Amino acid sequence: MRSEIVWMIVAMGLVTYIPRMLPLAVFHRVKLPPFFQGVLKNVPYATLGALIVPGIFLIHEDRLFGVLGFVSAFIAAWLGANVIVVVLASVLVLSLYAMI
Amino acid sequence: METVLTAKKSSSFRQGAQAGVSIAIGYMPIALAFGFLAKTTGLSLWEAVLMSVIVFAGASQYIALNLLSLGTGAFEIVLTTFILNIRHFLMSASLNEKAELDALWKKALYAFGITDETFSVAATKEGTVNASYMFGLIALSYGSWVVNSGIGYLVGSKVPENLKESMSVALYAMFVGLLVPSLKKQRKVIWLAGLAAIFNSISLLVFHVPKGWAIVIATLLASVAVQYFSRESEENGDAQ
Repeated sequence: MRSEIVWMIVAMGLVTYIPRMLPLAVFHRVKLPPFFQGVLKNVPYATLGALIVPGIFLIHEDRLFGVLGFVSAFIAAWLGANVIVVVLASVLVLSLYAMI
Repeated sequence: METVLTAKKSSSFRQGAQAGVSIAIGYMPIALAFGFLAKTTGLSLWEAVLMSVIVFAGASQYIALNLLSLGTGAFEIVLTTFILNIRHFLMSASLNEKAELDALWKKALYAFGITDETFSVAATKEGTVNASYMFGLIALSYGSWVVNSGIGYLVGSKVPENLKESMSVALYAMFVGLLVPSLKKQRKVIWLAGLAAIFNSISLLVFHVPKGWAIVIATLLASVAVQYFSRESEENGDAQ
């Protein structure tokens, strides 16, 4: 292994780890004001919205690919399927679509 | 007492590991592609695997390869990684709100495994999360990421294109699968996800904000706005 690459990887690891660790360590046993608590409790659902859109519609040059994946995942999830089933269902639908 | 405690721990670990299965599947195509790309970029097998072991962050590992192939210096690559991954700060702060009071070293240890995906799964879980749950969740996700990076390096060119394409939807489908149950229960969730989706699309596609920042901006704007207005309507005594 080349040492400059290894050092770069270690530095990348550090700057990735620090933001992951700091809030958990600094706010350990700290009770934030209610407004901030409320905002932080909203974060997961907002994050999911931002992680899905627009990304899912851009995974393939053929836009229908993403739309089909989104719709099949949404329907499976709406019907109450387990997350793993949702994942497999949309992969299956797109595999079938790719075969046509 | 001791055995009851151990049983609780091992069941949390198992619960976390089960929740990690969809992430492990979703990481497969991305890690395979990363490994293969690392090979074409000129990294050795061990350098590629080491990057997955130490960094464990998909998007920034891809960008690092891209910048390496352009001949960019290490400092700029590290800086880009930092900017891209600062979004985990927000996720870690949010996760801390539902984390049980485990020993600080355990929290510092599982903090390493916070990614967009492990965060999404842990944060939408019912109730609180403890260290054992996080260790189970991360064990599967991290394992899949590291192992598939190596496999991708060795046999990446042999993975059929069709399969790679249809599997690229897996993580997005997982996010949808995590969001929809809450969407059905709370109207607030529709606003949060919808607004963040719109803000993120505008930041990325209109203002060309870097991806890591676009997520932070969209998430914060939506979370603060919804919190502000839901508090206002509570004060006015509106029924939800």
